[in-house]
Amino acid sequence: MARYDSLLDSLGHTPLVGLPRLSPSAEVRLWAKLEDRNPTGSVKDRPAIAMVERAERDGLLTPGCTVLEPTSGNTGISLAMVCKLKGYNLICVMPENTSVERRQLLEMYGAEIRTSPAAGGSNEAVAVAKKLAADHPDWVMLYQYGNLANAQAHYDTTGPEILADCPEITHFVAGLGTTGTLMGIGRFLRERVPGVRIVAAEPRYGELVYGLRNIDEGFVPELYDADVLDSRFSVGPEDALRRTRQLIDEEGIFAGISTGAILHAALAQADRAVRSGQRADIVFIEADAGWKYLSTGAYAGTIEEAAERLEGQLWA
Amino acid sequence: MAIEARIPTILRTYTAGEKAVEGNGLTLAEFFVDLDSRHAGLRDRLVGEDGSLNRFVNVYLNDEDVRFLGGPETPLSDGDVVTILPAVAGG
Repeated sequence: MARYDSLLDSLGHTPLVGLPRLSPSAEVRLWAKLEDRNPTGSVKDRPAIAMVERAERDGLLTPGCTVLEPTSGNTGISLAMVCKLKGYNLICVMPENTSVERRQLLEMYGAEIRTSPAAGGSNEAVAVAKKLAADHPDWVMLYQYGNLANAQAHYDTTGPEILADCPEITHFVAGLGTTGTLMGIGRFLRERVPGVRIVAAEPRYGELVYGLRNIDEGFVPELYDADVLDSRFSVGPEDALRRTRQLIDEEGIFAGISTGAILHAALAQADRAVRSGQRADIVFIEADAGWKYLSTGAYAGTIEEAAERLEGQLWA
Repeated sequence: MAIEARIPTILRTYTAGEKAVEGNGLTLAEFFVDLDSRHAGLRDRLVGEDGSLNRFVNVYLNDEDVRFLGGPETPLSDGDVVTILPAVAGG
């Protein structure tokens, strides 16, 4: 059924599409879960809606409340839509080195943006938001990095959708940010698919983003449980951009840059399966489409030029 | 041939500002000891007294997180690249 009472009700049930040209063989296949087909165009609609509805059920959110969240983009955009429809105010704390499209979308939805310094990336946004929350006890910080409803949204929806569409799944690959996607889907699949491999792809940014004052200011999301993963890859901008363009060239899929990083890790799994002569059905998450990143220059010129333009930006 | 370590900005005080330094070792643990012999104090920032990686430090061997390989006992070979990064948030 493709008729829904409202935009919020149309969440999820995204297509899983095969990649016949990028898959190495009929025995080793790649499948993309197109999460850009969600209400605001990213996988973050699932945790955002789940976190708001959980807070409503818990009595934390009542009409007119102000919601606060540290976010580098997609979670903020999802929350902005949900808050608009449900009548909450939203304040997003966002690092200044994020794309202009994300800011414009947030403003259009009526969210207020507080900017955190570029150096330190999202770590700084988290720190600023925690301080704001302490100063304004009446604001509700959903806190995607530690909110169990984030991972639960994927355990309850994305995981079951993937298994229903691809019961022969052998590998699952997704991006690692809040870790909610990998924790939720990873746990769901582990309980039902013996031997399934859960693989994380983490964006490796330019030096500015790692410019913390002290190594102890490092940040590991409270949701993270390393036991859910089998391996974790750090993917730099050149590899992410190359794969993003390959997705367009060979499969016609216009994805965001973080999806390129995820595909890079998925192709490494495919290569291992081919070399060991094993059958594989590798499902990965297409986190969003490329529209919000056009201004970064990621889709113009050579890979080297594009990578240079991404230096210092939060591209995932 | 040797093994290359990529050093994050925050730890370059130990490498005289160098972004990358070289060293040797059959395992990651040995490699850190070798690096520390020329860049005193670096090892203490990476591993605890028991040799396990500090919580907010991520170490990648040719782009793969060593915590999922063999941790400090991960074997290394000539030509490997070890990338050290502080843990950062996403989302």
